[in-house]
Amino acid sequence: MTPATTTSSTIDDEVGERPDDNISAVPLRHWGRWTGAAVVVLFSASFLWSLARNPNMEWGIVGEYLFADFVLQGVGVTLMLTAVAMVIGTVGGVGVAVMRLSHNPVLRIGSWLFVWFFRGTPLLVQIIFWGFLAALYQRIQLGVPFTDWYLVDVSTNDVVTPLVAAILALSLNEIAYAAEVVRSGIASVDEGQDDAAQALGLTGQQTMRTVTLPQAMRVIVPPMGNETITMLKSTALVSVIGGKDLLTSVQSVYAQNFQVIPLLLVAALWYLAMVSVLSLGQYFLERRFGRGHGPARTGLAERWLTGRGK
Amino acid sequence: MTELSQESTQGTPVDDLMVRASRVRKSYGRTEVLRGIDFEVRPGEVACLIGPSGSGKSTFLRCINHLETIEGGRLWVDGQLVGYRQKGDKIYELRPRDVAAQRRRIGMVFQRFNLFSHMTVLQNITHAPVLVGGETKAAARAHALQLLERVGLTGRDKAYPGQLSGGQQQRVAIARALAMRPPLMLFDEPTSALDPELVGEVLEVMRDLARDGMTMVVVTHEMGFAKEVGDSVTFMDEGMVIESGAPSDVLDNPQHERTRSFLSKVL
Repeated sequence: MTPATTTSSTIDDEVGERPDDNISAVPLRHWGRWTGAAVVVLFSASFLWSLARNPNMEWGIVGEYLFADFVLQGVGVTLMLTAVAMVIGTVGGVGVAVMRLSHNPVLRIGSWLFVWFFRGTPLLVQIIFWGFLAALYQRIQLGVPFTDWYLVDVSTNDVVTPLVAAILALSLNEIAYAAEVVRSGIASVDEGQDDAAQALGLTGQQTMRTVTLPQAMRVIVPPMGNETITMLKSTALVSVIGGKDLLTSVQSVYAQNFQVIPLLLVAALWYLAMVSVLSLGQYFLERRFGRGHGPARTGLAERWLTGRGK
Repeated sequence: MTELSQESTQGTPVDDLMVRASRVRKSYGRTEVLRGIDFEVRPGEVACLIGPSGSGKSTFLRCINHLETIEGGRLWVDGQLVGYRQKGDKIYELRPRDVAAQRRRIGMVFQRFNLFSHMTVLQNITHAPVLVGGETKAAARAHALQLLERVGLTGRDKAYPGQLSGGQQQRVAIARALAMRPPLMLFDEPTSALDPELVGEVLEVMRDLARDGMTMVVVTHEMGFAKEVGDSVTFMDEGMVIESGAPSDVLDNPQHERTRSFLSKVL
């Protein structure tokens, strides 16, 4: 103790004796950085120049269609699909995650199988599958099992329109991913919290609802923001079954007027704009829920865990 | 599911004991952590459990409010079998909500505080009374402020646990447990996770509780506290009670070699 104090006071004294001993060295030139930057600027500029001057871009046509009715309708459907799939996905995800952690082995295995299947097959395949559901079941019937008595009996194609198929595919897929995010969030909450809640006489359900889940939110929210951004772009996949989303809308027009590139540009600009707004929202959510807990690291861990990183 | 020993099936507890354990056994896999614990606490008594780490004292404490299930023997709190119901010769597992109801009458304080980190101090204390105790928010709040005064934390009701020192957090945890007005309080090494200079404030609150006649079971390494406040001291080792009695007997004049060797290391 005492020697350390002496030493530090000696240093203080020295500094105190020569207060104007500032360093004024010649800065080191970072030639590598300058060269790297120059190369990047040069290539980017020439690429942008070629894009801007490329007549095939048809900037005039892009401007003409940017706010066309069918484009705006497509944007609306894309936003609606994203919102609906995320709401169903999150609610269902919490359910599946809780099942995963339940004491009931049937629920545990069932939820594991669900996640295994929907994460294990490509989303595109699932979308096409739901689009062609009528080929599997021509009629949807709901009644007493193994009898001829039905409460509901409808033609599959009447009920599962492309839009419904799109919602089904995106939602079920999202439930599987959200379940993993929620599960890791719940697992991140200290076991002592559970002990304390139980010791106070809370039931398991009350503990989950009022103690565990609210604390898991800190870990759940950032990756769910990511999920939302991924979902917004994944909605473009439903164009394969004519889901009426943004990509479907521009496709159906360029199929007639052959303005493929400008119309794809219109779609791309809209996707970029929507994702930018979501990213901003995610930034604020992460700041809100990650206070003092190293949000960046958790986020990365979640992305890695969910296998849906960017 | 749970196999209970045949020896002590005879009926309801006879007594006015707050805690009565008879030949309590528990194992994790093939390791027996509790090998027939007999233990009694009368109302108003402070019973201290001491022993080396791994001796099973914390596990036994957690059995008292059924955070751990026992596999043999019997355990009663306030005349009620803990976690089970006896009808004739048969023992039935209680439903989770009945277990929860039993736990409401047993307060517990943990080594690592375990305050709900997303709630303020006040919410921590009022949460259970409002959610499961049937108290109105106003009543719970008034009681909580009273308890905060009692543990010396008036004015910290709006703070979050993360903004408090360890000693303050532990005092909030004590207030939270007291909020359910339990006739019995369990303390699981309440000062072991604290910086040395913060131990005193927590022990002071516990001393105050003991003076007020609260029945307490305290797992502790604070021999000074055990001697001063304890009505009984029980020394455990390797899942068994080695010796038990008045603090002056067990701590100053231990009869068993194992007790002596343990005390020589900690005193």
